[in-house]
Amino acid sequence: MIPICRLDDLPEGESVRIDTTPPIAVFNADGELYAIDDTCTHQDASLSEGWLEGCLVECPLHAASFDLRTGQPTCLPARRAVRTHHVTVDDGVVYVHVAAQEGTAA
Amino acid sequence: MRTVTVVGASLSGLYAARELRAQGFDGRLVVVGGESHGPYDRPPLSKDFLTGRADEDQLALTDAEETAELDADWLLGVRARALDARGRTVLLDDGRTISTDGVVIATGASARGLPGCELTGVHTLRTLDDARALRAELSAGPRQIVVIGGGFIGAETASSCAALGHDVTVVEAAPLPLVPQLGPDMAAVCAALHRRGGVDLVTGIGVAALRGTVAVTGVELADGRTLPADIVIVGIGATPTTDWLAGSTLALHDGVLCDDGCVTRLPQVVAVGDVARVGGTRAEHWTSATEQPRVAVRNLLAGHTTETVRPVPYFWSDQYGARIQFAGRRLATDTVRIAEGAIADGAPDEGGFLALYERDGRTTAVLSVDRPRPFMRARRELARGASAVEAAAATR
Repeated sequence: MIPICRLDDLPEGESVRIDTTPPIAVFNADGELYAIDDTCTHQDASLSEGWLEGCLVECPLHAASFDLRTGQPTCLPARRAVRTHHVTVDDGVVYVHVAAQEGTAA
Repeated sequence: MRTVTVVGASLSGLYAARELRAQGFDGRLVVVGGESHGPYDRPPLSKDFLTGRADEDQLALTDAEETAELDADWLLGVRARALDARGRTVLLDDGRTISTDGVVIATGASARGLPGCELTGVHTLRTLDDARALRAELSAGPRQIVVIGGGFIGAETASSCAALGHDVTVVEAAPLPLVPQLGPDMAAVCAALHRRGGVDLVTGIGVAALRGTVAVTGVELADGRTLPADIVIVGIGATPTTDWLAGSTLALHDGVLCDDGCVTRLPQVVAVGDVARVGGTRAEHWTSATEQPRVAVRNLLAGHTTETVRPVPYFWSDQYGARIQFAGRRLATDTVRIAEGAIADGAPDEGGFLALYERDGRTTAVLSVDRPRPFMRARRELARGASAVEAAAATR
C-alpha cells in the first residue's frame, strides 16, 4: 500500500504519476479514482500525461486508449492491457494497493 | 469484390488489411510484403532497438491470434513487379500473378543512398535488416561515426549512437536541420539538442564523397575537409516505392497521386502511407499511415470517393532524452511564440517548452519539447478547428 497524495490535491480530471517500478498513474475521473501502470503497452509514453475522458485515457504519443476500470486497450495501436491497481482513500489520503506482477487486473 | 490485394506489409498495409475485415470485406485477402518479416513498427529502429532497450519481439505489430482472424494470404519476401493497366493483375518478382478486384498500394518508401554506399561500414536505416546490421556493428566497441543528414532519422540515430558511447558527428547540407518542418527559429532550438548529447553538428556543407576502398574510412566534405569515420550512416530521406507501377496507368509524381480520399485514377486502386500523395501532400508520418487506411478502404469498397481524410499532420521524435512533438500545418510566414516553458541559451530549458505557430491571431501549429500534456490539448484544439472549418466549407 503506497500513500500517493491528499485527495484534495488530486481534483477531477487530474492525474499523478508515482515513480515505482514500473511507474503507476493515478487518475481522478469525474470523482472516481483509478490506478493503472503508467507506461503505455505500445511504446514508451506516460499515460499520466494522457487525455482523460470519462473512464478512458488516451496515450499522449500515439493515441492508444485504455479503460481505467479494466486496463484493457479500447483501440490500436495498443494491443495489451495495462495492470490496474486498487485505490482507497483513508482520512483524506489516497493509497494505491499495487497488484501482483503477473496478471492484468487487480 | 471477391479479391483484394494489399501490396505492402508494413504499418499502413496491416492497417488496410484490418480495415478491410472490420468494414465487412469477406472475400480473399492477399497481402504482399517485400521484406521477409511480418508487419513491424519502424519508429523504434532508430531509438530503443538500436540502443538495445527493445528487442525484435517488441516491434511486432500483430500476433498469431490477430493474423488468424484476418484470414489473409501473406506473401512475404517477394516484391510486386508490376500492376497491369486496368489495375486487375499484380505481377510478383518470382513470376506469380495475382488476379484481383481491388488493390491497396502500401509499398512505402526506401532510404535514399549515396555513391559509395556499398562500402563496408556504410548504413542506411529504414528496415529491420538495416537496423540489425547497424546494431551489430555498434556493439563492437567505440567507433567514430559520421551521420549524414540532420533530419529526424539522422538526429535520432546520432542520439542513440552517442548514448552507446560512440564519437558522433552529424553533417547537414542545409544551414540548419529541420527548417522545412519547424521553421528557422525552432529548428535552431532543436538543433541545440545535439550539443546536449555531446554530438558535433556540422551544417551548411554538403558531402563530396565517401572515402575508402573496401571499408569506409571517412567522409569528404564539399570544402575539402575529410571527417574520419569507421561507420557512416546515411539519413538523407526516402523515395516512395513506385518503380513497380511504371507500366500501370496510375499518375506518379513523388508518390502515387490520389484524391483526398486516397483513391487513385482507377477507382478500384487506392494508396496509403508513405507512398501515397493524398490531395497533393505526401506525409511520411506514422500517424498518417494509420489514419488513411480507414478512409481508403471505405472508398475502395464503395467504388468511389465517399469520404476524405484531412487530418492535422502529427509527428514526434525522441532524441537526446527529449521528446519533440509537432502538429499542424505551418506556413513560412507564421509567427511563433513560446506559450509555456522557456528556451535557455538557445536550447530547450530543463522542463521543455510549448510553442504556438500563429497566423492572423489563429493557431496553425504547435510544437512541444517535453510538454506532452499541453501539447495534446493544443493538438485537439487544432483538430477541432480544422473540422469546424471543414463543416463551414461544406455548408457554403
